[in-house]
Amino acid sequence: MITAGIDMGAKFIKVLLLKDGEIMAKAQEMAGFEPVEAAEKAFSKALSESRLSKEDVNAIFATGAGRKAAPFAQDSITEVGAAARGVTHSHPSVRTIIEVGAEEGRAVKCNEQGKVEDFAINEKCAAGAGSFTEAMSRALEVPLDEFGRISLTSSKSIPMNAQCAVFAESEVVSLVHAKTPKADIARAVHDAIASRIVSMVRRVGINNDVALIGGVSYNPGFVDSLNRGLETTVIIPENAEYTGALGAAIVAAERNKND
Amino acid sequence: MAEYKTEPLKCWNKAKELRLKYYKDYQEAHKKGGIRWTGGAWALDAVPAGLGRDVYNITGEPYGASIAFDKKFSLECMEATEAKGWARDLCSYMRNYWGSMYLNKFAFGGEYPEPDFCYQDHICCSHAKWYQHVAEYKKTPYFCVDVSVGPYNELDENRLMFVVNQLHEAIEWMEKTTGRKYQDELLIEAVENECRSTSTWAEICCLNMAKPAPLDEKTMYSLYVHGTLAKHKKEVADFYEELRDEVKYRVENNIAALPNEKCRLMSDTQPPWGFLKVFRYLEKYGAISIGSLYTFGLIGIWETKPDGAWGPRTTPMQKGEKITNRDQALRILADWNLSKPEWQHFYDPDLKTEMMLQIVKQWKLDGVMLHLNRGCEGLTCGIMENRLGIAKTGTPIMTFEGNMGDEREFDEKQVMTRIDSFMETLGLQMMTV
Repeated sequence: MITAGIDMGAKFIKVLLLKDGEIMAKAQEMAGFEPVEAAEKAFSKALSESRLSKEDVNAIFATGAGRKAAPFAQDSITEVGAAARGVTHSHPSVRTIIEVGAEEGRAVKCNEQGKVEDFAINEKCAAGAGSFTEAMSRALEVPLDEFGRISLTSSKSIPMNAQCAVFAESEVVSLVHAKTPKADIARAVHDAIASRIVSMVRRVGINNDVALIGGVSYNPGFVDSLNRGLETTVIIPENAEYTGALGAAIVAAERNKND
Repeated sequence: MAEYKTEPLKCWNKAKELRLKYYKDYQEAHKKGGIRWTGGAWALDAVPAGLGRDVYNITGEPYGASIAFDKKFSLECMEATEAKGWARDLCSYMRNYWGSMYLNKFAFGGEYPEPDFCYQDHICCSHAKWYQHVAEYKKTPYFCVDVSVGPYNELDENRLMFVVNQLHEAIEWMEKTTGRKYQDELLIEAVENECRSTSTWAEICCLNMAKPAPLDEKTMYSLYVHGTLAKHKKEVADFYEELRDEVKYRVENNIAALPNEKCRLMSDTQPPWGFLKVFRYLEKYGAISIGSLYTFGLIGIWETKPDGAWGPRTTPMQKGEKITNRDQALRILADWNLSKPEWQHFYDPDLKTEMMLQIVKQWKLDGVMLHLNRGCEGLTCGIMENRLGIAKTGTPIMTFEGNMGDEREFDEKQVMTRIDSFMETLGLQMMTV
């Protein structure tokens, strides 16, 4: 059986094709102002990569912030459910999943079957999401892909006092004017996001193994800060940003089998 | 295919009419030579009833909630309050009320009806300052009762008398302020009515233990409100008895609030009044909110029965106790009100967790939804401890942010997404019609 998962994220649309539990292809497009078009493009790319046609796909499920707008999806599951199923598929020992995307941070507690037992989502706060790192990298005039790396070269802990991503930008500017090395500021930013995330994770409990998914998992600076905050080492699944799409494809296969 | 039969409440229109009559009576009180007073819904409202049968009150919280339901007017009120320099994180009922006052607009039409006096008790910081400001702004006499005597399980004679003595003072003050002679028999009648209405409301809530539940929480809001308006009035006590009889009939005949009840939940504190649609959204999953500590315990007065279950508190009349004098009436009134469940957790969030878990167990619930209500410091105090305490028992629980009275602080899409995730956790899928 071949199924597809479409993750209609706030910033990126990810599509994954699954055959009998094995990943066949994946593709992504920037959501932009035309997420439906972007989803169609990503889907076509994934089909092309696997040399399949749309008719070969038995079921398509969507997830993500824009899941209700996903084209040609038969059904959808929430990001929380998708994350749990996606991660435990490849890492069955995981019991706590942290997902940090562009706009949301989530913590999910699950059992060995990937069933969600509890969850927490950041409320009205961008300071615990990927947009914050982007804003701070712009404030520091450091490319985003460099931002994480340079923070690893710092060994200094500078507390960021601002509770808010918007105010934190002014704080970064003040630190720059005080001649604080960029590496130290970058580390301070990552520590600040990590502390918000850790605080949220504590609401559902930190139970090993802990996995980290979402776009921000590619930021080594953030990962380092998070590991220190959690006092554990997080597992980052391969292709972490596709975990939601994987979870949706897995559930599509299960529900299609039962039908 | 519906699993259970359902039908509208027969007394629904009466509930609506009673509520509108309450506000109309307040508005027109002066035309008939009557008295208007304003204060909170917790303000021991049986006391001013002794001034005569033409005494009408407007309780601030239901009024603030009514304004919140009208998003356009609420925004006007909020902006008027902010224009006066008040912070946006203050009690949103209070801000709605003040806005109505500043704009001189009554939510039910016409101008803001000027009260003859303000009478309030200090259940929280906001309530304390709310009517102080109204009194200063409107140059209206103001009496307040300090009720911070601790939780009911610690109530002793000294603490009770601390409140009772103030109520005695309140009566003397009301006589001086209004020039009227106080009538103890009217106080006694009001206290008896209050005991009857609040005990009966608890009885109605108990009937929701039935599966399928005869009432859903959104409907209950339109019914419990009478207890927040005038629980001391005979018409409210009589209405609740009529409602109780109808709900009993629904239970006996398996008439459901939700024809496809699959999952039973409870909520927590005040809802986001401008977005009560969240309760209808739950129903798309076959989930019903059967009530909350708020709907049960703000108006309902309860006691623990010999078998450990929660049940309506036995009224003095049911015990055969006859109220014969002012002091006895005030003692009963104070004790009765201080036992209110919703009051207890102002002192300790663990008390709230215990009460909520009692409801989960007794009403056989599948989960809990907590409204992180930015509009109420009192009822939100300790709410994350509540979450932790409930989650520790393995009871599924979710939170969502919002504001009971300020719709600007409610993100509808975000909340619906949270609900979707929670429903999925409970194994529910949206039902196709």
